[in-house]
Amino acid sequence: MPRTMFDKIWDQHVVTELGDGWSLLYLDRILIHDLSGGRAIREITEAGHSVAEPRKVFAVPDHAVSSAPGRSAATFKTGEALEKSLREYSAKAGVHYFGLGARGHGIVHVMAPELAIVLPGVTLACGDSHTCTNGGVGAMAFGIGASELGHALATQTLPQRKPKRMRIRYEGVRGAGVTAKDMILAAIGRFGTAAGTGYAIEYAGSAVRALSLEQRLTLCNLSIEMGAKVGMVAPDDVTFAYLEGRDFAPKGRAWEAALADWRALPSDDDAVFDTDHVIDMADVAPQITWGTSPEHVAPITGRVPDNADAAALEYIGLRAGQALAGTKVDWVFIGSCTNSRLSDLRDAAAVLRGRRVAPHVTAWVVPGSEIVKQQAESEGLHRAFLDAGFEWREPGCALCVAANGESVPAGARCVSTSNRNFVGRQGTGARTHLASPAMAAAAALAGEMVDVRRF
Amino acid sequence: MDAFKTVTSVAIPLMRANVDTDVIIPIQRLLGGTRQGLGPYAFERMRADPEFLLNRAEYKDGAIMLAAENFGCGSSREGAVWALMGMGVRCVIAPSFGDIFFANCFQNGLLPVRLPIEDVRRIAAETEAAPGNARTTVDLERMVVVTPTGAEIPFTTDPRKRDAMLHGLDDISLTKRHADAIATWRARDATARAWAWDSVR
Ligand code: SF4
Repeated sequence: MPRTMFDKIWDQHVVTELGDGWSLLYLDRILIHDLSGGRAIREITEAGHSVAEPRKVFAVPDHAVSSAPGRSAATFKTGEALEKSLREYSAKAGVHYFGLGARGHGIVHVMAPELAIVLPGVTLACGDSHTCTNGGVGAMAFGIGASELGHALATQTLPQRKPKRMRIRYEGVRGAGVTAKDMILAAIGRFGTAAGTGYAIEYAGSAVRALSLEQRLTLCNLSIEMGAKVGMVAPDDVTFAYLEGRDFAPKGRAWEAALADWRALPSDDDAVFDTDHVIDMADVAPQITWGTSPEHVAPITGRVPDNADAAALEYIGLRAGQALAGTKVDWVFIGSCTNSRLSDLRDAAAVLRGRRVAPHVTAWVVPGSEIVKQQAESEGLHRAFLDAGFEWREPGCALCVAANGESVPAGARCVSTSNRNFVGRQGTGARTHLASPAMAAAAALAGEMVDVRRF
Repeated sequence: MDAFKTVTSVAIPLMRANVDTDVIIPIQRLLGGTRQGLGPYAFERMRADPEFLLNRAEYKDGAIMLAAENFGCGSSREGAVWALMGMGVRCVIAPSFGDIFFANCFQNGLLPVRLPIEDVRRIAAETEAAPGNARTTVDLERMVVVTPTGAEIPFTTDPRKRDAMLHGLDDISLTKRHADAIATWRARDATARAWAWDSVR
């Protein structure tokens, strides 16, 4: 019986069938962060349980920490207790901990692939919906809530119902200025934010094979914005070259054994998906959102639709039928688990070099991790940003979520490389437009939404 | 977890699509690290508008919420469920839900009921036709919704989840009954996929 990659990983991790379509799945890795990690360990401890396999659990404070240059955990007072709780409960339980400033610190979905905590063929759960990002290495990674997180920690397993399988094939060649961010936004625009509900999505096709590993992470990152808990890309030589030698990658003979297993993971040629879509890359231009849902998206050459949602337009301050290019921008944010990796910063810096941010624009770049930050500094990228007039900040979720004392002011319009343009996401009254790092950099220079292909 | 058998109350006809968890509870209210006391902050940004549904007296004690497609999409924050329960909501009826929110509901004893949009609209219309007097019942034992005019609409719920809800069962204890199966699986896997174990010792 031909199987999809998802089926292969799923089948391997079933501990026992629970009846009524439920399986008890083993989790190879668990990630926890400051918003819920400390509390989860405390709650299971108080209920008389303990962390089942602490060496398979990795903790990092990222959401509620300031990204201000030179910050400490105390810079954002409200988050200080969350960081402390995560740190102390992690130490008590004996889980891996990556504190502020330490090698390995960063946004949880940036540091996990970067350290090879996540590997092809593993199952990984984290109390965060963008855990799907990790599927870019060929893992089955999904977000869970606080109670499920407690269950995962106490048992290293989770009862799950098998989702349906969807494949989205991107065929053809990426045009100029088109990135993985544009590919996934275009899919969400076409299929809608609920199309993936109840599905695990595999991204395939020639244009996906041609993506770097970091771009595959970006592609998978927005799976949850299509409703899917899981997004994944089959591992290949690009994946293996990326992972080899990283901190938690298998070494020596174990690496060879792993490679043999990983090469058998891709979906069988005749595997059947419950839903199968094809996107022709000729139809994918650089994208930007115009409303308050990721499905409110259009090519930068496009217009706000005539039948656009009225409440969204009122919040965002645009009119139906209005051209997107030329819309004045006040803020630019380059960062988040979607687009804060080294290649993202290189893309943006390439647009910025030798130019200046428009005087009325506040522009931030927040590297996704300590390692990204150091690599960027060693190749001089930070100079390109600073010289252009950007702020060069410390790793964390920062302006993606406004849970750390940082926010876009009410009424201000921000082009952001993050993944959610929800009402109030970047701050009360803040207006968010999602786009790629290069598009965001171009908007910062022009002071308005602009087609990056002009730069 | 709180057990859930049946609830009878006025239904709050929110009837919007894509109500995300950021809207249900702003992240800034979840930095205190507790599950309690979130009710007053549920839909905080929408409540700023005095005309908003939840500011109206007739819906103040509503324990059932009606919504359109994709309720609870977005962030995995379980605080969205805690906030809804904190304001007294025990059941949400909508055509579809965000996957993580849906799972979180069952962990806490908030019942998510999937009904076709026509049925949800019907309950909303009957509720609005009799302001302050319309009562809807959601009965998990019989798996029916009784509309304000007395019509019965059947719904389905996952049998495993229904059982846990009716009895207020806790998942961790249930799973620990499979401790032997987990131990067997681990022993086999530690040899079969040694690479998945070695690198995190
Ligand atoms: S960067 Fe944004 S989307 Fe990613 S984990 Fe942090 S808050 Fe969530």
